[in-house]
Amino acid sequence: MQKIILAKTGNEAMALAMKQINPDVVAAYPITPATEIVQIFSQYVADGEVKTEFVAVESEHSAMSACIGSCAAGARTMTGTSSQGLALMYEMIYIAAGLRLPIVMADVNRALAAPINIHCDHSDTMGCRDAGWIHIFSENAQEAYDSMIQAMRIAEHKDVRLPVMVTTDGFIISHGMERIDTLSDADVQSFIGKYDPMMHLLDIKKPFTVGAINLTDYYFEHRRAMVDAQNNALKVIKEVGAEFGKKFDTNYGLIEKYQLDDAEVAIVALGSTCGTAKVVIDKLRKQGVKAGLLKIRVFRPFPAEEIARALENIKTVAVLDRSDSIGSFGGPVFTEVRSALYGSAKKPQIAGVVYGLGGREIDMEQIEGLFMDLKAGKIKADSVSYLGVRD
Amino acid sequence: MANLKELAARGDKFTGGHRACAGCGATVVARQALLAAGDKPVVTTCATGCLEVVSTIFPYTAWDVPFIHSAFENSAATISGVEAAYKSLKRQGTVKEDIRFMAFGGDGGTYDIGLQALSGAMERGHNMLYICYDNQAYMNTGIQRSSATPKGSATTTSPNGKKIPGKVQFRKNLTEIIAAHGIPYVAQSVVGNWSDFTKKVEKALAKGGPAFIAVLQPCRLGWGYPPELTAELGRLAVETNFWPLYEVEDGKYKLNSTPKERKPISEWLFLQERFRHLKRPENQAIIDEIQKDIDLRWENLGKKCSL
Repeated sequence: MQKIILAKTGNEAMALAMKQINPDVVAAYPITPATEIVQIFSQYVADGEVKTEFVAVESEHSAMSACIGSCAAGARTMTGTSSQGLALMYEMIYIAAGLRLPIVMADVNRALAAPINIHCDHSDTMGCRDAGWIHIFSENAQEAYDSMIQAMRIAEHKDVRLPVMVTTDGFIISHGMERIDTLSDADVQSFIGKYDPMMHLLDIKKPFTVGAINLTDYYFEHRRAMVDAQNNALKVIKEVGAEFGKKFDTNYGLIEKYQLDDAEVAIVALGSTCGTAKVVIDKLRKQGVKAGLLKIRVFRPFPAEEIARALENIKTVAVLDRSDSIGSFGGPVFTEVRSALYGSAKKPQIAGVVYGLGGREIDMEQIEGLFMDLKAGKIKADSVSYLGVRD
Repeated sequence: MANLKELAARGDKFTGGHRACAGCGATVVARQALLAAGDKPVVTTCATGCLEVVSTIFPYTAWDVPFIHSAFENSAATISGVEAAYKSLKRQGTVKEDIRFMAFGGDGGTYDIGLQALSGAMERGHNMLYICYDNQAYMNTGIQRSSATPKGSATTTSPNGKKIPGKVQFRKNLTEIIAAHGIPYVAQSVVGNWSDFTKKVEKALAKGGPAFIAVLQPCRLGWGYPPELTAELGRLAVETNFWPLYEVEDGKYKLNSTPKERKPISEWLFLQERFRHLKRPENQAIIDEIQKDIDLRWENLGKKCSL
């Protein structure tokens, strides 16, 4: 195994992963800031570098509809979208998961209108967190690339068979160039293996009906089976992440702990903010401040037990949400983390912090300030505050 | 083209035991379409609606061919994906058979909410036949007006009231909208003329590329008539020129049947409960308007056919 070092933006990295996965079908519609992914991929198709049938559909709703048809027909299927596009897919997002179709989607996180905004927050994918999709966040382009490759294996695993979305932060990762280690096409292919669907529509000798109407006598059981599949995914994601690590030297889990074990104050975050936080933590540690980070890589299935265990010895914790759940008590990450801790004998003081909506910058000074406020007891436990907003 | 004896010998791919109403035209459409496909393998899809709901109540299914249902407005987009998978896997050699693709949708899922997905699929040129079973309202949700509902019809969202006597607007001409896409095959057919319909399905499947057939499908519940009149009402729609049988093959228009003597539209209207209020003298003007519209549409179609 030899890694190939390249300079890539997040979108380029995701497009490259798609190319190396070489799916049978991609159906997509352009949307900022995800457009480049399928734009670059279209060039691969036009140049004959992939075997993919590319369907340039007339909307995101049709993109996901076509992906559903394609995946049910036994084809390895992928798409990419963002924000309003994901919102337009929303109905089909539920159907893709309910029909247990292992579609892999690259989603570039972007705020939802109104007011219209093209920059990063997590409102779009958080909006479909209950749909049954596996939901993996990336800290940088490297993780986006690696997670896309793992996603195919996770989605298609016989104990899972659920769609997976891998996300990057809009513009911050999607358009920022980084040095990334890439794999050879052969390594990617050997890692993902061949797709062998249990049943598919093109098997005309064994006709079957997909998407039948379920009334009160069966619907509940089929939804319950999805819950089991999500629970199974907790183990499968770790196994696939560990195998990826064994083969390619980078281990992936459900969460990542950074300077957390002996931390007194910690933050919980998703996505690119984790990278910024790590730099701040390095600086604070040098100053003797015991700061730490819990990065949540996989938000669905929600690794509640691992999170509770990782946080139980910390004194005070702030949970950062790059989306708000308007009208509820804090953002989705805060409410779930706090809920995960409820049964712990030892639990930290915990507060929610909503930040960065619509691409509002979060910088090192702000994160440092947050840590210092936590340390000084200035952030009230069980409260929700808004960082970086003009109130 | 297969004759009746041959069709009957083929064996149903859309089987009995489904839960459709007695006299339902939609199930006739599905059964005859699959009979017309014969031994050619087809993969089918259906929009959410009566046809899907009555035929796929889990764990049963009336479809003896591969079938997928995903949502209401996207049967064209869903089958686009199935067909794209076929193209890809056929090219790679993992699928060997020659398979055709057939999508069904009611007028609501085709004329209205599904128009975008249908237009997109036609424009992209997928190798598929889309069959719209047009019963002229949202029958599955309880007979609400659609853009296919004819003027004067009473529905639950265009009821006959004290001030407004049923639907005010004329119906949308979807067949012409699809013909404007310049696809290889577009046709209109009707429940009650098996020969015309099965011929058109055979032709569409043989043609290759995107094809569209709009089938007028009398609905005994929504239209309000005794179930044994389904086929009769279909034929009468043709004899009154309300629903001309024609096809557009590679852009060339062709009338498939010209009534010897055009019957007045009132003959068709008065067999149905949804037009009952039009019998009142004060509503005669509406019937006159409907007749005028039919005559104009017929004249325009005639011009296109003689080009």
